[in-house]
Parts: sequence; structure tokens; C-alpha cells
Amino acid sequence: MRAVAEREQAAVEVVDLEATSLRELNQRLHELAHAPGPAHWRVLNPNGAHAVAAGIDADVEVEVEGHVGYYCAGMNKRATVRVHGNASTGLAENMMSGLVVVDGNVSQSAGATGRGGLLVVRGDASARCGISMKGIDIVVAGSVGHMSAFMAQTGTLVVCGDAGEALGDSIYEARLYVAGEVASLGADCVEKELREEHAAQLAGLLDAAGIDAEPADFRRYGSARRLYNFQVDNAGAY
Amino acid sequence: MCGIVGLFAKSAQVEERLGVHLAAMLAQMNDRGPDSAGVAVYRDAAPSGSSKLTLYSSDPREDWAALAATLADELGASSEPGVRASHAVLTVGAEAAEAEAWVRAHRPDLRVMSAGRVIEIYKETGLPRAFADEFRLTDFQGTHALGHTRMATESRVTTEGSHPFSTGLDLCLVHNGSLSNHNRLRENLRRAGIEFQTENDTEVAAGYLAWRMREGASLEQALEGCLHDLDGFYTLAVATADGFAVLRDPIACKPAVLAETDDWVAMGSEWRAIAVLPGAADASMWEPQPGVVYVWEKVAV
Repeated sequence: MRAVAEREQAAVEVVDLEATSLRELNQRLHELAHAPGPAHWRVLNPNGAHAVAAGIDADVEVEVEGHVGYYCAGMNKRATVRVHGNASTGLAENMMSGLVVVDGNVSQSAGATGRGGLLVVRGDASARCGISMKGIDIVVAGSVGHMSAFMAQTGTLVVCGDAGEALGDSIYEARLYVAGEVASLGADCVEKELREEHAAQLAGLLDAAGIDAEPADFRRYGSARRLYNFQVDNAGAY
Repeated sequence: MCGIVGLFAKSAQVEERLGVHLAAMLAQMNDRGPDSAGVAVYRDAAPSGSSKLTLYSSDPREDWAALAATLADELGASSEPGVRASHAVLTVGAEAAEAEAWVRAHRPDLRVMSAGRVIEIYKETGLPRAFADEFRLTDFQGTHALGHTRMATESRVTTEGSHPFSTGLDLCLVHNGSLSNHNRLRENLRRAGIEFQTENDTEVAAGYLAWRMREGASLEQALEGCLHDLDGFYTLAVATADGFAVLRDPIACKPAVLAETDDWVAMGSEWRAIAVLPGAADASMWEPQPGVVYVWEKVAV
């Protein structure tokens, strides 16, 4: 009996989106929050569909074979979602926990407002990566576009390549690490000393993301905390 | 919102099935723009010295054959009108500017949707999927095409307010976004002699390109000018008789994906519009950079 149970556990549930509706796939994934089911899923032919594997709340692994559209793995809790392709706008937006890994490139607003978990992008992320992040950790093996980490509150954005214009504009307490060039820093974002505890945090995130990079090659950026309180000297700017 | 698609054929097979691919791409963008749809198709070049007009009539009983006969008398040889729903394409034995001026003067009730030697524009209110059937898009063969599905923000939902917009010979433009300085710019362009038919913001962008190119700019230079002179949000796809271009504003809120194979170059607001093309799974695919002009042009054989 145990052998049968283990075999069922190891079996992969394959869902082909050319044969099954997206609504049905997501409904079945959502039911895992309340009832047991397959632990490993493979999704075929996403063809840019929106909201693939969004809203999961279960300890499962979902592999998506192809390019996905908007909001893939949005609001993710506990699950591991791997996309073997590119992802469009709003990947893993408002993720709570778990792991999301994309092999290719991702479009704008990846990890937006994310509260927890780890988002790994093996290619590049475009504009507004980590916008308004609230605790998520994001590791990008390539570069990120303009206005990344805009109004970032907490969490960590690691960029192994370059960052576009206005990095960390109006940032709160998120930590930003960039190995390459930063086109420009946004309002109230400044370079900060990369101390031992930061190098240790960075090494841990790079390790978790499976990326071979040297923490010493990164620079750290964060808030100068000059926008936190109203200053009468700035009154003319309003 | 709005959805944009563009397809530029690099092989004879794709040219033969251009309309089939265009219809499939447009259907994928149905939800992004359910209030109107339109296409520009570059096909069947008119013989030298003659030109093609795409005309629209709000009267379903319009006698296009009679109009073709009148045009033949007035301007020289005219072909059978190619009628598709509310539109008809007429080929006449005169330069496009002359033919267009004649229609405007003698039939002010008609709309000239496009004028040139190769362009044809069809657009109408209603669901994009229904539009594709009504205008028999799958029939079309051609070298390149643009398509648009509209969710109106800046002006009324009318046939005239649908995209693509053309304000120059064989030139057209589709737009996702909104322009904030279109009123001022329209007045400036009117003073420079560019004519506008609507209060639509996108028509102003089309007029701007027509003006720049009339003044000698290349398509690429005219689009670079947009970065300085258009204020607002835009992803633009532009086509000329032998070219196809894409530009996103520097803030780049409006989406775009480009993909290319040995057989085609395609642009879409989203990947799902391109995923329906043959060989899409193996295409090279990228997101156009903000503020960068991408241009493809047919090489004369």
C-alpha cells in the first residue's frame, strides 16, 4: 500500500491548456488548499494565457512549459512555480510565500507588491521590477529596467546585471544589491556600505537562487530617509 | 487598453496566408479592444500612374459600381470595386492625391479610409471577431499588415474613430495609449497643411508622421521625432508601402512584444497574439526597449 501511495505522490499531473480550460486548471490548483491532490503538476501549451497558476495556497510544484501572459503565479502561497519560458506583466504579483522561477525574460512589474517568498528570474526583467515590494526577495540573473524597486518598502532586490534609470525611487526600507551599472538612482535612493551582514544575506539569496556570483562584486543601495518627514525647506516643491 | 498586432512577411508562404494569420492574431486581442477593430493590409499594388482608394459609406445601399464608372469617366480607367461590408477599394487611373481630392470634393458623404498604391484600410465598430468575418480577412494575401482592437478612451466609438489611421499616402498607424498634447499639435499640423477628419488623438500622431515624412524625414527619423513631440502614453505600430516600425514611449506603460523567424516579423500587445503564428514556439522573442525605434523594410529584389 505504501509503495502505491508513494508512486501516486511521485506521479506528475499533466494539464494541457489546449485541451483543458485555464479556469479548470486554476480551480483544481485552488482546491489543493483544502483537499489532498497531486504534488507535482506540468502545464503544457500556456501560449501566453493570463493568470496561469495564480492564487495557489499549497505545498505543490507546478512546472509551466512555455511562455505565460499576465499575472502568472500571482498571490502565490507556499507553492513552487517554475516557468520554462518567458513571462509577461505582473509575474508573481503580491506573492505571499513560496518560490517562483522563470527561465527566460520577464516583462514589467515582476514581483509587484510581493509580501514574501523568493522570485528568481534567470533572464532579464523589464521596467518596474519589484515596484512597491513589501517583503519579497527577488533575484534577477540579468538586468532590470527603469523605475525598478519604485516605492519598495521591505524585502530585497538582487540584480546580477545592470539597473535602468531611477532605481529605487522613493524607496522605504528595501535593500537593493546591483552587480552591474546603475543608469541612475531615483529620488532618495543612495549607495550604502555593503557590510558583512549584507554580504551574508546576498550569499544566501544567490545560493537559494542557484546563481554563481560573488557577493563582493555587488553594491548596496537603499533609502537616504530624507523623504520620510515633511521638511519646510521643500514646501516650494509641492 | 486596446490591442495591436502587426505582421511583416519574409516568405512567399506567409504572404499567401497573410489574412489568415492576421485574423487569428486579431481574434487573440478581442478582449483587449471589444468596441471596434480595424486592419491595414498592403497588397496588390496599383499599376504605375494609378492608385487605390479605400472608401467607407454609412449607407448600406451605396452603389459602388456607379461610383467606379463615374471615377473612370472623370479620372481614367477604373477597376471593379472590391466591396467588403461598408468599405470598397477602387483603383483609378490617376495619382492618389488627385483621386482623393476628387472624392472629397464630389462625394463629401464618403470617408477616404486610405489612399496610395498598396494600402487598404478596413475598420468598423463592434467585436473584433465579428469584424474579421464580416470583412473576410482570411482572403487577404499581401506583404504586411497591421491590426487594432479598440477600447476607446479619448474620443467616441465610431467607425471614423477606429484605427488604423492614415493621413498620408500608403502610411498608417495604430496606437495603444493616449496622447495629452494632441489638440495643440493638431492645430500646428493644420497650419502646416495636414488635414484631419476626427478629434481623435491617434489621428494626430499619424498626421505628425505624415508631416515629418513630407518634410523629408525617413520613417525612422519621423518616429524619433515622436519622442520629442508627442506627450503621453503610446505603443505605436506604423506601416508604409514597404516598411513596418514599432515605437514605445520612454515610460513604456503600454505593452509590446516583438518576435521574428526566417518567415516573418510580428508585433503584438501580448505574446498570445503571436503564439498563433506558424513556428512561433521557436521564434526569437523580445520586448521592445522604451524609446527605441524598430524598423523593418522590404529590400527591393
